[in-house]
Amino acid sequence: MRQLFATLLALLSLAVPLAAQDSLPPAPYAYQQLDDPAQEARAQALMETLRCLKCQSQSIADSDAPMAGDMRHQVRTRIAAGEEPEAIRAWLVERYGDYVSYAPTVSETTWPLFAVPLLIVLVAMLLLWRRMGRRKEKAA
Amino acid sequence: MIAELGLAALWLATALAVLQLVGGILAVRGQGELASLVRPTAIAQGALAGLSFLLLIWLFLVTDLSVKLVAANSHSAKPWIFKLAGAWGNHEGSMLLWVTVMALAGALIALIERRLPEKTLLATLAGQAFVGIGFYAFILFSSNPFERLPTPALEGNGLNPLLQDIGLAFHPPTLYFGYVGLSVAFSFAVGALLTRQVTPDFARAMRPWVLGAWIFLTLGITAGSYWAYYELGWGGWWFWDPVENASLMPWLAATALLHSVSVLAARDALRTWTIMLGVIAFSMSMLGTFLVRSGVLTSVHAFAVDPERGSFILILLAIYIGGALTLFGLRASSISEGERFSVTSREGALVFNNVMLSAILGIVLLGTLYPLLTEAFDVRVSVGPPYFNPAGAIFTIPMLLVMAVGPLLRWRQDSFARIRLPLVLIAVIMLAALALVVILGAYSLLADLGLAIAIGIAIASFLPLRGRNLLRVPLATWGMVIAHFGIAVALFGMASESAFSEEKLAAVNIGESTQVGPWKVQLESVTPVAGPNWTALEGTLQASYDGGEPVELHPQARNFWAPPQETTESQLATRWNGQLYAVIGNEAGQGRWQLRLWWKPFVTFIWYGGLLIALGGLLSLVGRVMSDLKRRQVVRRRQLLEAEAVA
Repeated sequence: MRQLFATLLALLSLAVPLAAQDSLPPAPYAYQQLDDPAQEARAQALMETLRCLKCQSQSIADSDAPMAGDMRHQVRTRIAAGEEPEAIRAWLVERYGDYVSYAPTVSETTWPLFAVPLLIVLVAMLLLWRRMGRRKEKAA
Repeated sequence: MIAELGLAALWLATALAVLQLVGGILAVRGQGELASLVRPTAIAQGALAGLSFLLLIWLFLVTDLSVKLVAANSHSAKPWIFKLAGAWGNHEGSMLLWVTVMALAGALIALIERRLPEKTLLATLAGQAFVGIGFYAFILFSSNPFERLPTPALEGNGLNPLLQDIGLAFHPPTLYFGYVGLSVAFSFAVGALLTRQVTPDFARAMRPWVLGAWIFLTLGITAGSYWAYYELGWGGWWFWDPVENASLMPWLAATALLHSVSVLAARDALRTWTIMLGVIAFSMSMLGTFLVRSGVLTSVHAFAVDPERGSFILILLAIYIGGALTLFGLRASSISEGERFSVTSREGALVFNNVMLSAILGIVLLGTLYPLLTEAFDVRVSVGPPYFNPAGAIFTIPMLLVMAVGPLLRWRQDSFARIRLPLVLIAVIMLAALALVVILGAYSLLADLGLAIAIGIAIASFLPLRGRNLLRVPLATWGMVIAHFGIAVALFGMASESAFSEEKLAAVNIGESTQVGPWKVQLESVTPVAGPNWTALEGTLQASYDGGEPVELHPQARNFWAPPQETTESQLATRWNGQLYAVIGNEAGQGRWQLRLWWKPFVTFIWYGGLLIALGGLLSLVGRVMSDLKRRQVVRRRQLLEAEAVA
């Protein structure tokens, strides 16, 4: 019976527009998990990589802020409706900008984030090779 | 009166620091007129700074509301322990704490250090004074903690409720001890550069400070992580938050420095590398202070609007780091590299891991500063766990593997053939563990690897003890073994938390129960309760593990009124194999209450591991200091004997 009720609620919530005002009660899926554990796991993984825009350095999976709750609701309902996590991320990025996603992608503004680690790998290898290589010659 | 006395003491300490700097510089340049004054000056400076800080604590304890800082950060209704913590729970007070600890450290060096050539020691004290003067100036000109209000306030503003927690009250001082310890290491490095005396004796004098700093940083990070875990109410234990990174970066540098300084002390190798790491480690402490204290984190733009303090620290940062790097550049070529060693040697493994640690440091630094950089150009990006975890792992995994093997190698030159048996053993254990984890349920790649490597290191960390008389193994070796084992324990906790955690969000009626992992949790009642400066709704939960005896938990949703803020007080049921994490939320309608529950297997290992790492550091520190004292005694006795023989 409760299962049925939850499913009904889930269906209803799809039709209810997003309640963003702080005074309203939290959206249903802000504090409620999806029934399908596989879907919930996917939603959870996605939520952990989305920034709560009103907090300092917390993901929406870690926040009591009403806005984070609304975003959790969005993520869960969209996952339940069968959307791909990356599509949901793209939709959120379109709405809120790159800032909302903790997973930077290679772009005009973020390429150094990926180039520098590669550079560090190269420098580290060079450093080790030089130090170690020279040692070997000396030892020989 | 008390406030004015504190300010006067601070000004006097500043003046003494100037004297200490001048005396030290003159001594290094061969004019020894003031040389005999440097040590006493350093001691007096420490005493005055200490007095100034004690007076600030006094002002907070009596809640003197005519002092601006007290009025802004304290409240007469606060429990006394938080009044005490309030003294350093704000910008001005924490900067005073910084400089006080630093001055006390300088005094301690002046009192006890006898190993170094006198000139190097005086140069070190001059370096210490040079850093100190910058911080004194910062406090006196832009962050005076003793400033009075024109008219006393009627009541104080209170302390942020999130900070009214015993763990957090002692978190910042712990980190500051670490930062300051690194400033001492920095001063030693500068002193040695100035006099070109980079010797094993220098390394032995510097090592206790590095070890001490590293212990405090380890404890500070461990405590900070546990605080975030239980206080923020969502079960996360590390957020890659810039403030967290600000403490992690000096730790990474200090870890590299610690190992490098040990090589220098034992083998007279890695001279320039050690000095370089000394400079980097302190730079990271300064950067950490800048990030946390300048307000640049809340918003680059807010920082630009009120840049006084931030610019001040930024200028200090530029002077100290720039100055030290310039000095390093000028002098590095005149310091020879020291003893040679082959690739397959303990030194070789340590160098490899030092490079890996530096690379991880580079990644964390980049990920922390990059968003600030782009924000200055009005592009906002977020760098979080999906970036730090894999990018860090590229370097962490090889480092951990080498860490398992390195301690088995001999100094200078060795071969893998000699340690084939333990090598094969470690590899087999790791692969078996990995296979087991994958068969059990293959979680994320990093979690799987983490579990396997943790189990491998846990066993490998004890291998250096094989075939030795355990009673005769030096304390410092025990320290290494336990610290490395601690890394394995912490890693196991992190990987297990990430792989096996279970979450349950439920809305339940009074009397109803819900299941999370092996726990059955029943909501008994919800009652209002009140504390000294808050009211709360408190849930009573009966939680039973696998049908066993129930444990009672009381999570609260608290409302503080000074300043007004809502917080959730989570409650934990700790078992040897993990923790149940319970939070009570809002009313969910129809008499139901929101419960957030997590079962986190072995999550506690993260912090046990941290404590073990710190314990390893402590054992090592005690072992080193004891053997130093013994050596000093032997030297003194020999001198006495020689004196007698001459007579």
